[in-house]
Amino acid sequence: MATINREKYEAVIGLEIHTHLLTKSKMFCGCSTEFGGVPNDHTCPICTAMPGALPVLNQHVIEIAVRAGLAAHCEVAPYSIFDRKSYFYPDLPKGYQISQYGTPVCKGGYIDLPPDKNGAPHRVRLVRIHLEEDAGKNIHEGGHSLVDLNRSGVPLLEIVSEPDIRSGAEAAAYVQEMRAILRYIDASDGRMEEGSLRCDCNVSVRPRGHKEFGVKTEIKNLNSFRFVEKAIEYEIDRQIDILESGGKITQETHLWDPVREVTRAMRSKEYANDYRYFPEPDLPPLIVPPDLVEAIRGEMPELPADRRARYIREFGLTPYEADVLTAEREVSDYFEATLSGLKNRKTAANWVMTEVLRIVRESGKSLAEAVPAPTEVGALLIMIEDLKISLNAAKTAFATMVKSGKSAEGTVAELGLAQVSDEGAIAEAIDRILAAETEKVNEYRAGRDKLFGFFVGQAMKAMGGKANPKVINDLLRKKLSG
Amino acid sequence: MSSGLNRLTIAEASARLHRREFSALELTRACLARIEAVEPQLNAFITVSEKEANEQAVEADRRIAAGDAPALCGIPLGIKDIYNTCGVRTTCASRILENFISPYDATAIAKLRADGAVFVGKANMDEFAMGSSTENSAFGPTKNPYDLERVSGGSSGGSAAAVAAHQCLGALGTDTGGSIREPASFCGVVGIKPTYSRVSRFGVIAYASSLDQVGPFTKSVRDAAIMLRTLAGIDRLDSTCSARPVPDYEKALRGEVKGLRVGVPKEYFIDGMAPEVESAVRAALKQYQALGASVHEISLPHASYAIAAYYLIATAEASANLARYDGIRYGLRVDAEDHNSLYDLTRALGFGTEVKRRIMLGTFALSAGYYDAYYLKAQKVRTLIRRDFENAFETCDVIATPVAPTTAFKIGEKMDDPLTMYLSDIFTISVNLAGLPGMSIPCGYDSNGLPIGMQLIGPPFSEEMILRAGDAYERSGAFTRREPAI
Amino acid sequence: MAENKITLEMVKHVARLAHLQLSDVEQERLRADMDQMLGYVDKLNELDTSKVPPTAQVGEAGTPMRPDEVSNPSAQEAMLANAPAAERGYFKVPKIIE
Repeated sequence: MATINREKYEAVIGLEIHTHLLTKSKMFCGCSTEFGGVPNDHTCPICTAMPGALPVLNQHVIEIAVRAGLAAHCEVAPYSIFDRKSYFYPDLPKGYQISQYGTPVCKGGYIDLPPDKNGAPHRVRLVRIHLEEDAGKNIHEGGHSLVDLNRSGVPLLEIVSEPDIRSGAEAAAYVQEMRAILRYIDASDGRMEEGSLRCDCNVSVRPRGHKEFGVKTEIKNLNSFRFVEKAIEYEIDRQIDILESGGKITQETHLWDPVREVTRAMRSKEYANDYRYFPEPDLPPLIVPPDLVEAIRGEMPELPADRRARYIREFGLTPYEADVLTAEREVSDYFEATLSGLKNRKTAANWVMTEVLRIVRESGKSLAEAVPAPTEVGALLIMIEDLKISLNAAKTAFATMVKSGKSAEGTVAELGLAQVSDEGAIAEAIDRILAAETEKVNEYRAGRDKLFGFFVGQAMKAMGGKANPKVINDLLRKKLSG
Repeated sequence: MSSGLNRLTIAEASARLHRREFSALELTRACLARIEAVEPQLNAFITVSEKEANEQAVEADRRIAAGDAPALCGIPLGIKDIYNTCGVRTTCASRILENFISPYDATAIAKLRADGAVFVGKANMDEFAMGSSTENSAFGPTKNPYDLERVSGGSSGGSAAAVAAHQCLGALGTDTGGSIREPASFCGVVGIKPTYSRVSRFGVIAYASSLDQVGPFTKSVRDAAIMLRTLAGIDRLDSTCSARPVPDYEKALRGEVKGLRVGVPKEYFIDGMAPEVESAVRAALKQYQALGASVHEISLPHASYAIAAYYLIATAEASANLARYDGIRYGLRVDAEDHNSLYDLTRALGFGTEVKRRIMLGTFALSAGYYDAYYLKAQKVRTLIRRDFENAFETCDVIATPVAPTTAFKIGEKMDDPLTMYLSDIFTISVNLAGLPGMSIPCGYDSNGLPIGMQLIGPPFSEEMILRAGDAYERSGAFTRREPAI
Repeated sequence: MAENKITLEMVKHVARLAHLQLSDVEQERLRADMDQMLGYVDKLNELDTSKVPPTAQVGEAGTPMRPDEVSNPSAQEAMLANAPAAERGYFKVPKIIE
């Protein structure tokens, strides 16, 4: 592609995020939502669409949908209906998917993204949030295919944004924030790489300043922030390129090829479908009573945006630090659990951001598996704050604790890392040194200030490296000036 | 001893079983013997489950001997082949399910099983309940026991014929537009379609989910009350099933109708109605007056739009309900190179003409560009039809009408003209659109000796009232019951 | 005679949506049948329904809900028992084309 004239055009992007919900059982039957493992093991007449089987809604699905709606400032519909969306595919047993078309469970709403590098706020409005069931899985093998229905009927939430996004980076930030919210409210595990959260992007471009939207294309099934950003950026460039060379954009569906880093159009047959939506006669209208909404509102956890603001306001963290610490709920919860009894929150923030997250990254394990309990890290941090150990000693202790799983106190004691702050012991050592080095004492007193460092070093050496450096400094100054 | 046991009503047989005058096994054997004798002519059953029936009968005898067995314990019943019956072939009269062995029981089946009922077999029907004559069965038509050249009605024709011909004491049917009431009328038995949501639809193979309802065929109104008492009630497996408590319908049969206001819709006495049908129903109305009820004319102004609305709504729902028969997980498969051809060929071979016709019409009614003009329009007219009944029930307690404009027609007579066939449901269809209870009871015979049925329609959940009205008429002995020729 | 409401092309399109392979004879027959039915249902247009809400269901509103519990046992064998073709616990189908 030639150089792209990005200045002349503006991209208009809307996203559809699909996420599996954290329920034990499927949306309309009592089968487990676990998939993988033995194929077709978590199936029954309902999710395999045996003749005569009927759906019954899982209450937890509605609770989660309401939580998502409240978290995203939506209007929760007191009355909504389920619809049938018809199409044939081997992984869709009923030949229709139970979804919501005309009346979604949540309408409108918005989420605020963390301010960008220039500190500018960004609000992305939502069109709707609705519920639907997932299909099973087709596995293609040479001349035939195999169908596993363990995933058939697993509940999904679809979150549709307004076209308020203008770049790939913004889109990625939006997905990141929505994912964080969904994880904070226990709606989703947010595992994009496993496909439990994925998104479709609608992308169009228009000359800057124009009001009308250009023709859009849809990029389907993106399963990482990076792919969202790259695919959109690629698609913007592709569309501008076509327009600049006098061409026209065709409304079509694209797939992202992560290897070649390009999007390619799916054949028209794949999406030129007539879904023939109509109200699902097997499910009466869904009524979400106001008292249920209020009960759920009362139990809403703190959301990432609120936590970020609180960290900046109350802990004095920078916006960047607050972002890093709140991006994942488990990191944020971990950080907060280290704080008990600690005066300086910044120390904890730094420690979690550097030491803890480094270990998590390097180990490839989850936070809970990779590092000691947050209370133990908190204990270590208090020892630093109380000058009981040095920062270096704390790092040594932490590295050991990661391997051994033992307590902070035990590890510090075992490794003999505690600092000596006992003035008497230190004074004794200093006296011995000064007595032995009379010549240097005289030189110092004559004005060779640089020798102070020598005396500190000697004292620390005499104390086996464990003396509190501040106590050494104070005592030395007193005795040398004496 | 056992000869003629199959001719008993459920109430009589139950009382005598409990008095140990004969055993459930003897009763079951009488029915099975009758099935063996008349099936070659009648074709009321797709599958006869002799072995299972005998086992159930033995178990029923054990329960009766132990005391405390329910009324239906040991009673041989026919089951329309639309109900999933665990371990017994469930075909829905379609080639596409010809060899389908269901892994589960429908709730109605489970309830009857729990009462100790005996299932003698799976009754013939129109394929996927689409039809008014049981001629659309992949297993051949069921003949009318009163005249083997005529249809038994449909779609539950096998169930109606089996009860009329004493192959069983009662049977289960389903009714989407008249599929219990019309065959009951044609075969001279009692058939009730309860209020929508009164009986669970779980495990009943869906034709049109917002219209389908489960109901019994019996030889008497009392038997219908006994069966409905077991069938009705909440089911956590059917989201549309009502949680209302179930009254003891049998206790409602007090035998009197004094003061009952019977409404007769003027729109139902149309051109094209057989004069003998009209005079039989008029005579029944006179009988009600003689019994102390009042009879007056009412109006259901949108009655003539019911068939049009029904055929859009029912076929639209059916087009989705039948999408699951795709040759992937069960049922017929025609092998092909790719999955799309497999669908096209399997469904082409598996479905009969009428089923294809309705799938096509329903798919069209929902398709882009036509939804508002057809499906949505029909739903709005459904509202008007429902309101007609609400208004009518302001001035009457029960509505009495003919069940069908004619008595049983000749086999093949209407097969080439779907619209004429659809018109045989003209008096029953609006009851499904409004979700009301409706019952067909015999009220006479025409000059060919063919049964005529009267329909009693009530407001939602008024089954006790219509059963009481039907029972009072039946007890009054207004006409002489004739046994079928077979 | 009134104009046809349904063309052969429309029949073919609907048959594709419904996945029914139809012979030429069947297509023409269905075209005629659907034409007749749609001609008949045209009578609905005699009614002004502009202010009438649609009725999709006649039962009680408020779908019942079940608790989020896993109540079904492992069922691979039972669910595959009727499968026309199965392999290694999967339903087997011919090549799935996009």
